[in-house]
Amino acid sequence: MYAALWRLLPGGVFLKLIQLTIILVIVVFVLFEWVFPWIAQTLLSEQSTVE
Amino acid sequence: MSSPTRPSIRKRTKLMRVTGVTGEVLITAGALMGLFLSWHLVLNDTIQGDRQNQSASALAQQWQAPESSSAEQNQAAAIVNPSNEEPPVTVSPAEGEAFALLYVPRFGPEYVRTIAEGVDVESVLNSRRLGVGRYLESDQLGDYGNFALAAHRTTFGAPFGDIGELRVGDQIYVEVPEGWHAYEFRNLEYVWETDVQVLNSFPKLQEEVPGYRVITLTSCHPKFTVSERVIAYGLYSGWYPRDGGPPTEIADLVKENS
Repeated sequence: MYAALWRLLPGGVFLKLIQLTIILVIVVFVLFEWVFPWIAQTLLSEQSTVE
Repeated sequence: MSSPTRPSIRKRTKLMRVTGVTGEVLITAGALMGLFLSWHLVLNDTIQGDRQNQSASALAQQWQAPESSSAEQNQAAAIVNPSNEEPPVTVSPAEGEAFALLYVPRFGPEYVRTIAEGVDVESVLNSRRLGVGRYLESDQLGDYGNFALAAHRTTFGAPFGDIGELRVGDQIYVEVPEGWHAYEFRNLEYVWETDVQVLNSFPKLQEEVPGYRVITLTSCHPKFTVSERVIAYGLYSGWYPRDGGPPTEIADLVKENS
C-alpha cells in the first residue's frame, strides 16, 4: 500500500518526502475539521446536564 | 549487493502480499484511532475553545457602543463600583441563540463564552461557536431566582473545564447589552445527574426564597466521565451599567474585544 504510493509519487527522495508531508497535512486537516467532529458528535455525544 | 536479494522479492507469494497490506491497514487504523483520541480528549479543547472564544468576542464587539469607547478608556485605571440601580431582566431569545456573555477570570485571562438559550447537546453544548447554555426551566438572567447554565467539562471546547478550580470569592461576570452582572462564587457541590433540584429558584429548596439572585453552573464529574455532576453556585454581587464601564477585573479583556 505505502510502497505503491512511494512508487507513484514523481521525483527523487527529497521531492517525494515533501509531497508526503503535504498529503499528510491535508489528511490531518480534513480529519480534524470534518471527520473527527462528525464521529465525536455521532458516537461520543455525552450529557453534561442534570435531567 | 543486489543480485542475491532481488529475485527473492519477485518471488513473494500472494499470501505474503496480502499479509503485508493487511498489516499496513491495521497500523494505519491504529494510528488514526490514536490521533482521534488525542484530538477528542486534548487538542480539540483548545481548537474548539478558541472558536467559542472568538464568537463570544465578536458578540461583545457588537454590543460596544462606539461613543463609549473613549469614556471606557478614561476609566480604565479607576476602580469601578457596582451601581445601585436595579439590574435589567433579559428575556431569553429562541432556543440555540446567544444572548449573554460569560466571563470567569479564574478560567483564564482571555476567557469569554457566549451563553445560549437551552441545553441541547448537539446544537448548543457541542457547538463550535456556542458551548454554554441556559436551562430552559431556570429563571431569567437579572431576575430574582436561579440563572442555571450547563457546559462540557471535557471535550467539545470544555467551557467549564476549570470549574473545579473556582475558589470562594471568585467573580463570575455575565455581560448583556445594558452592562455586566457580577456573581460571587460560593461553593461546589457534587450530585447525581438526576438531581434537578439544583435548578430550583433557590437551589435544592422546594419553597421560594425571595430576594436572591443565584447563578448555577453545572458540568460533568469526574472529568471524562458522565457518572456524576459538579455544580458551582454563585450569589449576585452587583450590577455594572454599561455607561459606568466594565468591572475592573475584566476591564482589560472587554477593552481588547472592543
